[in-house]
Amino acid sequence: MNSANYLYVAALLFTIGSIGVVVRRNAIVVFMCIELMLNAANLAFVTFARINGNLDGQVMAFFTMVVAACEVVVGLAIIVTIYRSRRSASVDDASLLKR
Amino acid sequence: MTTFIAPALSYSLLAPILIVLGGAVLGVIAEAFLSRAIRPTVQLSIALGTLVLALAQVWRIRHASSLTAAMSSVTVDGPAILLQGSVLIIAILGVFLIADQDHFTTLAAALPGSPEERDAQRAGEKLTEVYPLTLFAVAGMLLFPIATDLITLFVALEVLSLPLYLMAGLSRRRRLLSQEAALKYFLLGAFSSAFFLFGSAFLYGYSGSLSLAGIHTAVEASSGNQVFLLIGLAFLSVGLLFKVSAVPFHAWTPDVYQGAPTPVTAFMAAATKIAAFGAMLRIFYTAFANAYWEWRPLLTIIAVITMLFGAVVAIAQRDIKRMLAYSSIAHAGFLITGVLALNKSGLDATIFYLFAYGIATIGAFAIVTLVRDSSGEVTDMNRWAGLGKRSPFIATVFATLLLAFAGIPLTSGFIGKFSIFSAAYESGNKAVVVVGVLSSAIAAYFYIRVIVLMFFTDPLDDGTSVVIPSILTRATVIISFAVTIFLGVFPTPLLNFISSTAIFIR
Repeated sequence: MNSANYLYVAALLFTIGSIGVVVRRNAIVVFMCIELMLNAANLAFVTFARINGNLDGQVMAFFTMVVAACEVVVGLAIIVTIYRSRRSASVDDASLLKR
Repeated sequence: MTTFIAPALSYSLLAPILIVLGGAVLGVIAEAFLSRAIRPTVQLSIALGTLVLALAQVWRIRHASSLTAAMSSVTVDGPAILLQGSVLIIAILGVFLIADQDHFTTLAAALPGSPEERDAQRAGEKLTEVYPLTLFAVAGMLLFPIATDLITLFVALEVLSLPLYLMAGLSRRRRLLSQEAALKYFLLGAFSSAFFLFGSAFLYGYSGSLSLAGIHTAVEASSGNQVFLLIGLAFLSVGLLFKVSAVPFHAWTPDVYQGAPTPVTAFMAAATKIAAFGAMLRIFYTAFANAYWEWRPLLTIIAVITMLFGAVVAIAQRDIKRMLAYSSIAHAGFLITGVLALNKSGLDATIFYLFAYGIATIGAFAIVTLVRDSSGEVTDMNRWAGLGKRSPFIATVFATLLLAFAGIPLTSGFIGKFSIFSAAYESGNKAVVVVGVLSSAIAAYFYIRVIVLMFFTDPLDDGTSVVIPSILTRATVIISFAVTIFLGVFPTPLLNFISSTAIFIR
């Protein structure tokens, strides 16, 4: 199996994630898309670890998972607070700062 | 079967970070076990104590240089010491401002306007979680500019960002605005760190190594797939440029600066810039120095549009915090000019500029916290009219800091701009220098407009006044004023210290 295929998948996942961040309006979905991007990076790391023949990339993948978990804690706290005060998690409603 | 070898750490060189992290953990424990009445005092002393201790330790190790402080994942050298010292000084001044608890909500979890919030306010409760959060952010900022492998860089980036996302949402007044700022900062920040991570993956794929030294070797030998290098470089830069708020990755800056509680804005604006530019200097000067044909043209364009955009859009702002935000975008452009120079004087100039700008920024936001009416801070610029007649001292200090931003002689800003532009000129980047001087001139217009508004307009009778500052806030204002003037008149000692210390080791 050609390792480059995994890189194509990683790039595809990353693209889907970043399009989702730009297009979707619900903060939770935007956040899920960001997690998808992080996992795309993880896949790329692991693939490169395989191609390069060392373990550094796999170690990095573990660190990314821990950091992503911390990000979920902080992110959901913020999104839940916003949802409780305005009964909506849409990023379009949060526009008091526009003018 | 391989045996496990324990990592060798030189604790004295890592002590500044470890002290700050220790203080943060201590703060979390204090938050859990102490009674509400004594918490504010205890937390403030823990925060200030650890920061001062860490600063003293940075001073003790100021001549140290080591590649192996933590198994080659951090490098302690001259620039590292200077940047860590600057971050700690800014953080101490920032904690002085944060100590004025009037800016923070009493109960971050309560709904705005809910009975719980009113009860907490009536009971005079104070929000003390902000101190440990600040310390965690500071620890990340101390680690970010010294990290020399991609894992440490990414972890430090997140450690400095995550507490700041939360701190942006803690404002007492206009809480919806503040929560919105936190949401925007979080979503865009996480978006940009995903780019940073994806870039790291491709740099790892290019060089087969996670360390900046390994990437440098691969770049020098131009081994590996150049496409991977380009993808990695581009995506990594997006993450860094977001943190320093360069155009086109600046969209969060005005909103977050405006929505966050002003003491947090002050701390974040000054300290994040130092940490992020520190990391940027290290990455571009050590890992990618030999690949400058790849990144210099694009970074030049970004520097030019950042300077012009920041200066031009700031003219249209009516809100003082937004104006300072756009001015910080313009300053990010000037600082990128220093990074672009890619020579020793560029490095020295950027470090000097970062320190001078950070001190002036924290002073300017400290003054914004003081101008209030009955419902809180007044950030509408029109209502600052005639401030010079009401409180001449505060208005004079603010005017001086604005002149420093504009780069008028006898202030630190002039020395900073002069040394950055001369470094860029030396490196043959004349076009950028022309744009830089031009946008400085545009920027001077809106700084001076505020000064005219403060001194030569009659005050409005709408209850806007300058509150009597607390001792700590007063200290911040006076220190930043004094340092700004001192560095403008006698810059030589600091410039010499920087140029004799700031040498990257690989």
